[in-house]
Amino acid sequence: MPLLELRNLCIDFGSHRAVDAVSLSLEAGTTLCLVGESGCGKSVTALSIARLLPTPPARIRRGEILLDGHDVLTMSPGPLQQIRGGTVGYVFQEPGASLNPVMRIGAQILESLARHRPEVAHETEVIRLLTTVGIPAPETRLKAYPHQLSGGMQQRVMIAMALAPQPRLLIADEPTTALDVTVQAQIIELLKDLQRRLGMAILLITHNLGLVADIADRIGVMYAGQLVEEGPAAAVLRNPRHPYTRALLNSVPVPGRSGGRLETIAGSVPGLGQWPPGCRFEPRCPVARPECSRHPIDWRSDSDPNRGQTAAPHRDSHRVRCPHTED
Amino acid sequence: MPTDPLLRVENLCVRFPVGPHAGSKTGGVVHAVEDVSFTLGAGETVGLLGESGCGKTTLGRAVVRLGPITAGIVRFGGTDLSRLEGRALREQRRHFQMIFQDPFSSLNPRFTVGEILGEPLDIHRLTPDSASREQRITHLLESVGLEASHRHRYPHEFSGGQRQRIGIARALAVEPRLLVCDEPVSALDVSVQAQVVNLLQDLQRRHGLAYLFISHDLAVVEHLAHRILVMYLGRVVEEGPASELCRKPLHPYTQALVSAVPVLDSSSRRQRIVLAGEPPSPIDPPAGCPFHSRCPVAEPRCRIERPELREPETGRRVACHRV
Repeated sequence: MPLLELRNLCIDFGSHRAVDAVSLSLEAGTTLCLVGESGCGKSVTALSIARLLPTPPARIRRGEILLDGHDVLTMSPGPLQQIRGGTVGYVFQEPGASLNPVMRIGAQILESLARHRPEVAHETEVIRLLTTVGIPAPETRLKAYPHQLSGGMQQRVMIAMALAPQPRLLIADEPTTALDVTVQAQIIELLKDLQRRLGMAILLITHNLGLVADIADRIGVMYAGQLVEEGPAAAVLRNPRHPYTRALLNSVPVPGRSGGRLETIAGSVPGLGQWPPGCRFEPRCPVARPECSRHPIDWRSDSDPNRGQTAAPHRDSHRVRCPHTED
Repeated sequence: MPTDPLLRVENLCVRFPVGPHAGSKTGGVVHAVEDVSFTLGAGETVGLLGESGCGKTTLGRAVVRLGPITAGIVRFGGTDLSRLEGRALREQRRHFQMIFQDPFSSLNPRFTVGEILGEPLDIHRLTPDSASREQRITHLLESVGLEASHRHRYPHEFSGGQRQRIGIARALAVEPRLLVCDEPVSALDVSVQAQVVNLLQDLQRRHGLAYLFISHDLAVVEHLAHRILVMYLGRVVEEGPASELCRKPLHPYTQALVSAVPVLDSSSRRQRIVLAGEPPSPIDPPAGCPFHSRCPVAEPRCRIERPELREPETGRRVACHRV
């Protein structure tokens, strides 16, 4: 049984759909990266997993979020609190905005311990956590306020806080976007190392495709609220099958090949409530055919016997929401 | 160099005094830019690469006189900009313009696009009558891939990529010869980023523009720039032709920077050099090499003696004792 399984998840904001029939699964100890451009629904999907979306305006219309086989959507407040910052740890993009500015960082980590692991809620455990995430001189740093730390150090504190309750799933939403590349490299190596040692599953949300190539076991590509391609990282990167995935990969400058023109995608992403009735990508697709605009496009997958099913597929499958992709 | 370059920066220093703070009771001086020299030719792109706080934005702003200059010379054409004030500086301003990182905060929200583009035309009295002014605005909008009818709209009605195009059109309005681009694509999604990068290249080809392109994104800088300057703690630590510098970086900091960039193609992935620690404070820069506290190959003299920029190969400069 996968640690996390989303089945046919649909989320609305007001009368507009933001996430449409997303199904995916994540095994313990592996990393799934959700990629896509701003507004594609990747962060909303991530926040919904521990029901952190403010409702209203958000409303989960349909679907299931299974964590260890238990549906988060039908959970009562007690067990839900155990999941939030317990089984599921979150790390957000801007550590400066996510930490409490008037609380020493040691106290903030202690707060998380007191709630989820009261038996070890003391300073030695806080120091151990700060050491785990590579903060030098943790005995003195735990007295620091967030503003006294650099962005990279703040992000390490966020990760230490997320790790405090020993989560089984770490959800990191653009954890390195606000950081410099050399610091980004430190944080990514840290996440990989922690995963090796602690066996957590990681759901990483990012728009940085290079980062994805570095850390992902599987990749899900989102466009206009839908998952449009999903499969093993190497397969998706080397043999992308959705025209959007191909275009996205081609628009990234390649080291060692300078000067030429970058491939662009014509037009812009449709806003909420303006999604085309057929394939969402059809108006911008270079290989679109007339029938693409007529009906919603279903999944296509060769290695998946449950072709067209809404359930998440098995681990090696590479599926795509495009009937015209060449193999 | 056969002819005089468009821009010649010599020994530029920018320092800011700071009052008493957590690190020091008496205050001190932020050494934001220290002894930076480089040239930029017409139609050329020089990439300014470095991490936050290294002084790259301060340098860019000093070059176009949007920030203070403590010492040094900024020679543009035949004029030393660092000495100009008032009217004489304003007259020079139409030859160099700036594009900013954040397309949301760099456009006046209460101006229509037509007013945003018309303002520089009015300040520099570039259009004799309202008909030619309107025509010029139409032309500017079309040259950055927007429509003439967009002139009546306000910035909030546009996407991030479109807003960045408006910022570029505004900079182009006065027909400058130099554009300082401060992280112009960092706030944009990759597919939109590619559109703006292509636009900048087209405009350079069409108008012979020179770009000082400031970015922390090595891939974008390598793609656009002819030459790259790498900055660390206010100083240039390496300079060279873009492709060579990225293929064979000489300075240990550049080597770490290049290796830290995540790349798509696993075959071209390098052994990652993960630097320990973070850049020291520019308030009290360390003695010796500014990079010695994080350098994986530092030796005792690096802590005492600051390496000068030397030219180990033609066209390449590097400040490191070990090269």
